Amino acid sequence: MQLLMFYIFALGAVLSATLMVTNIRPVTAAMNLIMTMFFLAGIYVLLDAHLIAALQIIVYAGAIMVLFLFVILLLNIHEKEGETARRKVIIQFGSIAIVGTLFIAIARLTVIAPSLVKIGQSAYPFGTTKAVGKLLFTDFLLPFEIASFLLLAAIVGAVILAKRRVDDPE
Amino acid sequence: MVSLNAYLILAAILFSIGAVGVFTRRNVLIIYMCIELMLNAVNLTFIAFSKFLNDMSGHVFVFMIMTVAAAEAAVGLAIIISLFRNKATIYVDDINLSKG
Repeated sequence: MQLLMFYIFALGAVLSATLMVTNIRPVTAAMNLIMTMFFLAGIYVLLDAHLIAALQIIVYAGAIMVLFLFVILLLNIHEKEGETARRKVIIQFGSIAIVGTLFIAIARLTVIAPSLVKIGQSAYPFGTTKAVGKLLFTDFLLPFEIASFLLLAAIVGAVILAKRRVDDPE
Repeated sequence: MVSLNAYLILAAILFSIGAVGVFTRRNVLIIYMCIELMLNAVNLTFIAFSKFLNDMSGHVFVFMIMTVAAAEAAVGLAIIISLFRNKATIYVDDINLSKG
């Protein structure tokens, strides 16, 4: 079972990574990179890294890739409307239906089989939020604090680089 | 049980795909995405070694790499925006300001 899941996730990750590299349109490439990150999150779960898997989806697929998509939209590179433009409404309704079905399935699964979703003490605390957090706030406290400085520097740097000059005639 | 080698080979394949993308693509945004893919491949090796050596320090390393990747994405995309404002292009062949 674990081997089968590994092969599915590995094949999906490699396939979507290849699609990302070979695609011409930046938006499609970004979507394929998000797919790769979801497959990698699945592999992290196989490796008992539950916190890192959640962070992978929240930080990479959620925050960084949304930033990428914002910049792609902001630069507004003109490209021709493809085949999808004609059937846009059908695709939109179809994707909404698929995502909604998935969410309802997950919600029902947690209600029907609560034993699948373990809450509280785990017998094997490897890679859980509690275990990684304890390590992060004891042995790796100084790198953690330095990371906060790095983020502050990145915020200030990004604002100064991307802002328009006050005396800019445009 | 999946062996350590399988995870390392997968990470190597993903890293190679990212490296090929950096060398062959000319769109600066896609080059950037390829760099993110290479960072992800390195994260996978950290997590795999962390599991097979039964040591959780690798998880903290990945946490730090994610922080650096987020900071790098913010600053890098700001640079791309200011570059696009000055040169009106995102293709690296057209950007030769420091060529000399």
